[in-house]
Amino acid sequence: MSDAAQKTDGEKIEDREANLKGIGCSRKRTEDARFIQGKGNYVDDVKLPGMLFGDFVRSPYGHARIKSIDTSKALAVPGVKAVLTAADLKPLSLHYMPTLAGDVQAVLAEEKVLFQNQEVAFVVAEDRYIAADAAELVEVDYEELPVLVDPFKSMEPDAPLLREDIKDKTEGAHGARKHYNHIFTWEVGEKEETDAAFDKAEVTIKELISYQRVHPSPMETCASVASMDKIKGELTVYGTFQAPHVVRTVTSLLSGIPEHKIHVIAPDIGGGFGNKVGVYPGYVCSIVASIVLGVPVKWVEDRMENLSATAFARDYHMTAELAATKDGKITGLRAHVLADHGAFDACADPTKWPAGFFNICTGSYDIPTAHVAVDGVYTNKAPGGVAYRCSFRVTEASYMIERAMDILAKKLGMDPVELRLKNFIQPQQFPYQSALGWEYDSGDYPTAMKKAMEKTHYDALRAEQKEKREAFARGETRELMGIGVAFFTEIVGAGPTRNCDILGVGMFDSCEIRIHPTGAAIARLGTKSQGQGHETTYAQILATEIGISADDIMIEEGDTDTAPYGLGTYGSRSTPVAGAAAARVGRKIRDKAKKIAAHLLEVGEDDLEFEVDRFKVKGLPEKQKTMKEVAWAAYNNLPEGMEPGLEAVDYYDPPNMTYPFGAYICVIDIDADTGVSMIRKFYALDDCGTRINPMIIEGQVHGGLTEAFGIAMGQEIYYDEGGNVMGASLMDYFVPTAVETPEWETDFTVTPSPHHPIGAKGVGESPNVGGVSAFSNAVNDAFAHLDVTHIQMPHDHWRTWKVCEKLGLTG
Amino acid sequence: MIPGSFSYHSPATVEEAVGLLAELGDDARPLAGGHSLLPMMKLRLAPLEHLVDLRKIDALKGIKDEGGTLVIGAMTTQAELLASDVIAGQCPIIQETAALIADPQVRYVGTLGGNVANGDPANDMPGLMQCLDASYQLTGKGGSREVKARDFYEGAFFTALQEGEILTAVKVPVPPAGHGYAYEKLKRKIGDYATAAAAVVLTLAGGSCKSASIALTNVGETPLYAAEASAALVGSSLDKAAVDQAVSLAGAITAPASAGRGPTHYRTKMAGVMLRRAIQRAHERAAG
Repeated sequence: MSDAAQKTDGEKIEDREANLKGIGCSRKRTEDARFIQGKGNYVDDVKLPGMLFGDFVRSPYGHARIKSIDTSKALAVPGVKAVLTAADLKPLSLHYMPTLAGDVQAVLAEEKVLFQNQEVAFVVAEDRYIAADAAELVEVDYEELPVLVDPFKSMEPDAPLLREDIKDKTEGAHGARKHYNHIFTWEVGEKEETDAAFDKAEVTIKELISYQRVHPSPMETCASVASMDKIKGELTVYGTFQAPHVVRTVTSLLSGIPEHKIHVIAPDIGGGFGNKVGVYPGYVCSIVASIVLGVPVKWVEDRMENLSATAFARDYHMTAELAATKDGKITGLRAHVLADHGAFDACADPTKWPAGFFNICTGSYDIPTAHVAVDGVYTNKAPGGVAYRCSFRVTEASYMIERAMDILAKKLGMDPVELRLKNFIQPQQFPYQSALGWEYDSGDYPTAMKKAMEKTHYDALRAEQKEKREAFARGETRELMGIGVAFFTEIVGAGPTRNCDILGVGMFDSCEIRIHPTGAAIARLGTKSQGQGHETTYAQILATEIGISADDIMIEEGDTDTAPYGLGTYGSRSTPVAGAAAARVGRKIRDKAKKIAAHLLEVGEDDLEFEVDRFKVKGLPEKQKTMKEVAWAAYNNLPEGMEPGLEAVDYYDPPNMTYPFGAYICVIDIDADTGVSMIRKFYALDDCGTRINPMIIEGQVHGGLTEAFGIAMGQEIYYDEGGNVMGASLMDYFVPTAVETPEWETDFTVTPSPHHPIGAKGVGESPNVGGVSAFSNAVNDAFAHLDVTHIQMPHDHWRTWKVCEKLGLTG
Repeated sequence: MIPGSFSYHSPATVEEAVGLLAELGDDARPLAGGHSLLPMMKLRLAPLEHLVDLRKIDALKGIKDEGGTLVIGAMTTQAELLASDVIAGQCPIIQETAALIADPQVRYVGTLGGNVANGDPANDMPGLMQCLDASYQLTGKGGSREVKARDFYEGAFFTALQEGEILTAVKVPVPPAGHGYAYEKLKRKIGDYATAAAAVVLTLAGGSCKSASIALTNVGETPLYAAEASAALVGSSLDKAAVDQAVSLAGAITAPASAGRGPTHYRTKMAGVMLRRAIQRAHERAAG
């Protein structure tokens, strides 16, 4: 080491770097100190003087006309302060609210209920017990109507009419409506070219691949506390909001309260996974009740309400087709999706994208031509359609292409890996223009796939599988071995404001920092952590960029009065967008700091070089100023004419999305007698570009894989023919415990994003996107030598056993 | 998930408890561990006005070996069963079963008496008690009586318990030394009820089956004692033909509902698979 690399007091550069705790450091999560001691501050912890509690009266029917509502018995209960119905909201035009998808959603049902557990009345009382007792006393007279639960029957000529409020509307938010239960048709790609590719294809496959209705099921359910100060005319709303600024803007537009008089605060959030992006009737009712009564009103969902009424995910029925040459080069992709949106289109996508980014469905492959059409339809089910730990409709798209690849491999008699290697977009093709309109920023897919094969001893696994199949045929084992391969490309970081907005607000994000005189700092961002560890990782980005320790930087999010405007956290957008703003804000600070340092050292700016935490005069390493010294000077010793202080703000509009990718391999053993699957091995290689905190990345991957495991192996929100929602409790809805959860092996490659200031791409959702395909492909692969093309999820015990039984494999 | 209002009573003796139940009538329910009753109350499926908590009654606790019969107080928790040397030595299948109930937190609070008295066919202990030919001591204002587990269950949540009676003890005949046993349970995850489960206790003599007892869990309106299936094993060498016969006879008495755990057909088949595995493990464990 040269002398120049030593600090004057002898502290080594490595020690200074370690002290910085910047990018690349597995720094422990600063937020965990309060979480693991039970000292978090969640919405239900918010207790305001005089606060009342709201509870819903919900529909027992999937589809029924409301003939009358009698609230008199409920109102007579001591302690009940109000019972709101649609009749109370209608004069305020709040009985319906706009959705992010351009539809409207009933806040409280007016003439009809359209799904079981729909909100019908809101009882406000002095405590939760009184509210629940009184809710039972609200008498609603229903007339049952025919129920529609099968999306494939939504557009039949004699299907029940669901949405009477828009029955004459022939034009929806995304074009013409073909039927009274039709919401939109969204098309992308070249239809004629694609049809031509299929006409001359040597080999084609076609399969209906359904992705069942599931629910993000965060540990904390949705909740809000609204407090209207009638003297000041100010409304404060605490809530489980993944995007608090958008909630403030929407609240202002709906209520007419000026936006500066609305204070939206998202305190600690116990998991979101998309469930907390939308606006729910509970939020609106707590706000209206507080405005009417002039005191704070709290609403907290219970678990069954959460699973059955707020924001499901998926419910995509995808007919996928691939065209290929007989040696396995794919020549075209064609897909039609029937999207079940439930009773209202409350899909949480950027406004111009009714099917999200489903057109990422060409996946990681160089497919020359493609065409996709998505039809959204109404059914008597809860609204939603959120991105459950993924970018918008990306898990659906990735699942479709990854299942289709295996189906094609089987038809061609090729190994699934071989087919993938043959069709990957090659490293030199980036930036890559996909047939369906995206520009992939960077990637090295063959390297990742080959590393995964080596680490899992893929060839040996295939050899073992062959032996086990023979042993099974001889009656020596009752186990079927499956090897699931999945390769995925995510599209995250929405997004460029030119094509991504939420209700007209562009999807930029922001960071603001104030460096205090002692060199400690507070930074605020427009995103909102729900467990991702933002307080830790943003500080690391800022530490590296500015040169002060991450331990000296406090990160704050969620209070719209103090944080700069941002579009929130979902779709893995925090690092790609707000993380970029953090890096740029750090560079703005460093630029000003350099001027101050030059002034202090009496040299020109060009004579300075930056090293970890200080500026040094080139060639005179003993002449230096640390960032701490510069921060102090920023408040008392500045160059002539420079503003005092050391603060900066950055609003970042990303030039493109980022495209994380990964290669996953899952090995599964299925007991043919019971249908029970044991995950023997799961290897996950993720490439999320520059890695900010490897420990947090690993934790994110573990969490995402565990959710993917839940989805693939058991989760389902199912409606029976009568419109009754089944499985809406944790008894039936499969949330894996530590006992069921497999052991994860994680790995990585690093391919930085060329357009992101620090090259980071985002990682939180990748494991869900790739994981579901890997599990499902493993189950399907266990039967790949037999007469099975595709087995629908979830792969729970009895469904898997049914496949065994059909194939004559059961004992 | 918020229960309606109710009054809470905490008697110190069995006499006091049955007195309260007699006095309060239909509107009262005894509370044991509460892991079945409290969720029902929170869902407002079990409206009641009075809860008579049995937890402070010392006489309902404890495990005693009374010369060939284990007498287990109704308020003995699953965790206490798992920690008991007496149970481990005399009737280990009780521990094998208890360990498959829910999760450790539930087992610290959930009781044997509550598990068997509630009449829920999804509970594990009722089937096991039928397999072991246990008796329940039922105490009311007029005194105590004993009813065999095999006669106790009348339908889902309907039992031989009369109004005003509580189940105070479970009496288990100690199986012969050298008996083989197994409880096999298929479930979706920790904390779940059985998709199907089977309890088997058998003895061997000179390589053939001397006695056998089989019961099934959660594949009917009540736990099912499979008398004919048990008989089919006796005298056999537990060869494939005898086991096939027992599985077939046991399957014939099942009538599971189609539910999230699977359709009727599957659950019947799984009762057979669990039984087959339980017989095999019991056979391996049996002496002689």
